[in-house]
Amino acid sequence: MAERTLLAGLRQWLESLGHMASSKIWRLGFAARFFVYILLHSGTAFRRFGLTIREIYFAGVLSLIIILVSGLFVGMVLGLQGYDTLQRYGSSEALGILVALSLVRELGPVVAGLLFASRAGSAITAEIGLMKATEQIAAMEMMAVDPIARVVAPRFWAGVISMPLLAALFSAMGIFGGYLVGVQLIGVDEGAFWSQMQSSVDVREDIMNGVIKSVVFGVAVTWIAVFEGYDAPPTAEGVSGATTRTVVTSSLAILALDFVLTALMFTGGNAR
Amino acid sequence: MASAPIVEIENVSFGYDAGRPVLHGVSLRIEPGSVVGIMGQSGCGKTTLLRIIAGWLKAGAGRTRVLGEAVEGLDSKGIFALRRKMGMLFQFGALFTDMTVFDNVAFQMREHTDLPADLVSDLVMLKLEAVGLRGAAQLMPSALSGGMARRVALARSIALDPRLMLYDEPFTGLDPISLGVIARLIRTLNDSLGQTSIVVSHDVEECFGIVDYVYFVSAGRIVAQGKPQEMRRSGEAFVKQFVRGEPDGPIPFHYPAPGYAADLDGAGALSSLPAAPAIHG
Amino acid sequence: MKRATIDIWVGIFVAAGFAGLLFLALKVGNLASFSTAQAYQVQAKFANIGGLKVRAPIKSAGVVVGRVSSVMFDNESYEAIVTFNVDAQYKFPRDTSAKILTSGLLGEQYVGLEAGGDGVMLKQGDRLRLTQSAVVLENLISQFLFNKAAEGKEGKDGK
Repeated sequence: MAERTLLAGLRQWLESLGHMASSKIWRLGFAARFFVYILLHSGTAFRRFGLTIREIYFAGVLSLIIILVSGLFVGMVLGLQGYDTLQRYGSSEALGILVALSLVRELGPVVAGLLFASRAGSAITAEIGLMKATEQIAAMEMMAVDPIARVVAPRFWAGVISMPLLAALFSAMGIFGGYLVGVQLIGVDEGAFWSQMQSSVDVREDIMNGVIKSVVFGVAVTWIAVFEGYDAPPTAEGVSGATTRTVVTSSLAILALDFVLTALMFTGGNAR
Repeated sequence: MASAPIVEIENVSFGYDAGRPVLHGVSLRIEPGSVVGIMGQSGCGKTTLLRIIAGWLKAGAGRTRVLGEAVEGLDSKGIFALRRKMGMLFQFGALFTDMTVFDNVAFQMREHTDLPADLVSDLVMLKLEAVGLRGAAQLMPSALSGGMARRVALARSIALDPRLMLYDEPFTGLDPISLGVIARLIRTLNDSLGQTSIVVSHDVEECFGIVDYVYFVSAGRIVAQGKPQEMRRSGEAFVKQFVRGEPDGPIPFHYPAPGYAADLDGAGALSSLPAAPAIHG
Repeated sequence: MKRATIDIWVGIFVAAGFAGLLFLALKVGNLASFSTAQAYQVQAKFANIGGLKVRAPIKSAGVVVGRVSSVMFDNESYEAIVTFNVDAQYKFPRDTSAKILTSGLLGEQYVGLEAGGDGVMLKQGDRLRLTQSAVVLENLISQFLFNKAAEGKEGKDGK
């Protein structure tokens, strides 16, 4: 008797697991088709670039403050912590290298991406979700206007364009913060700070790879954001749930993609 | 070809999923220039019918001809082309909340035509004047009352002079004054612009006041049709119940359920609740 | 918000973003040394390259003149083949010699070029004949210990 209930329980558990997996895979496939559809219907977003500019304002310009302030503080903390560690080995001049490399390679794209996901990604999801809930998307379709071309694609491209610029500003601001703390406050030699940084930060290996990362994160975050918004159930709970999922999924996606990209980019040098 | 029907539906069936059909063998004809009401309870399939006419949903079986075109045979481009000749007023207006009233009405003109800005402006003012809201052109939708929003949405849906207007529950949630305004607008716009209109609604009085012909839908079938005066006199049980708003009739008050006693006995769905001993005897 | 205001803000944002990128490229990274487009490749064989890595600097008289582009192992001579990109603006005679050096005692390794006296200049695809391998610390230490041991033995013998 006990065995039978155990078996039934196991069976039920396996069934629900299978159901969950298949629905997740179905959703992933749907998201992939949605992505391709966006790319194929991006003509409007570029032909009428005013639409995209408007969305760059909401995704990019309105994220500027949080990005700049966070960048400054992250850089300042790096300056303090880095100095503390480096001076034990008598190489506090390498502070510039430490601050610049960690920002340009990792922290700039990743932290800017996380902030972008929670500031702009959630806003995009909520906006599209609400447009759907209030039948604005349906009204647009009824007026023979493709909502993906008119609403989704401009937001997608605005995110993809904004993200690398925000990441670059974050890194630049962070390096400035590191300079403020390291050179102005602690008194590391200014010449050594900049020259050491310049001699070991490579434009292609470090800066370009950082930019590539931020573009990839921009694509991932805005894709998740527009998909969750478009796929949200047209209710208040549906939209709020979709907004939460956007932040959680895109944060995880950024961290996972960061690992993959780092593994591809920065260990490639030794393997060649 | 003035006598050719604007919408002709023959024997259309539809179900969102296989086990739960929503429409069974519905047929209707809508003559040019008329205002036709489709009435029925919430969830009886009338909005689904409207969506099939708009090419939103594909009927599972049967023929649908709208404005002379077979909807089933159209690809998405063809449906978009067909929709340019249609206008639809949504239940709550569905105005674009990030645009002013003016931009909302101008939306289709800007998307579909290359008209110069001053001509668009003139046309928008013309449409807004028709619904009496020219003065509200620069307001945002959030600043409008429900009735005004619905009128703006009406101005937006007639922006490109559609030949066929679809109204999805246009009277829901309006105060009596706004309701009367909308009802009168539907009729006057239809007659002055030479449109044909389909009004999906469950508000008997307002609907009967403006339509030429009405179809009653119940459980996915057309159960009665005719002129409003005939319907008032109709002996059909469903129509009588619907028009007079009686609580019981062919549409039962109770949702289908097993025997009441069984539930209270503790054997039904509520078995976890303590049974009432008094009923046991 | 007015369309023009949005346009201005977006313009400022994009300009600032590109300024940030430019700052990273010029002030943080050294874009001036980034000129692989105008560089020529030169190869050199070393018996031992120590810890030399791809992208290590090529220096001559202390000035960075290029970077290592690849390190390979030659199956025939059992030596390392190092290919490096030398910036086209720097010319070297054909009999230039290459050494693997270390910056500081434990610093990174780099290739030092010492110009020869030949009249013909190096060009794309040439191979440097004169090379000097990396100094491997373990070898140095074992050599030192060996010498010490030998000294000690001599001292004993002398008694």
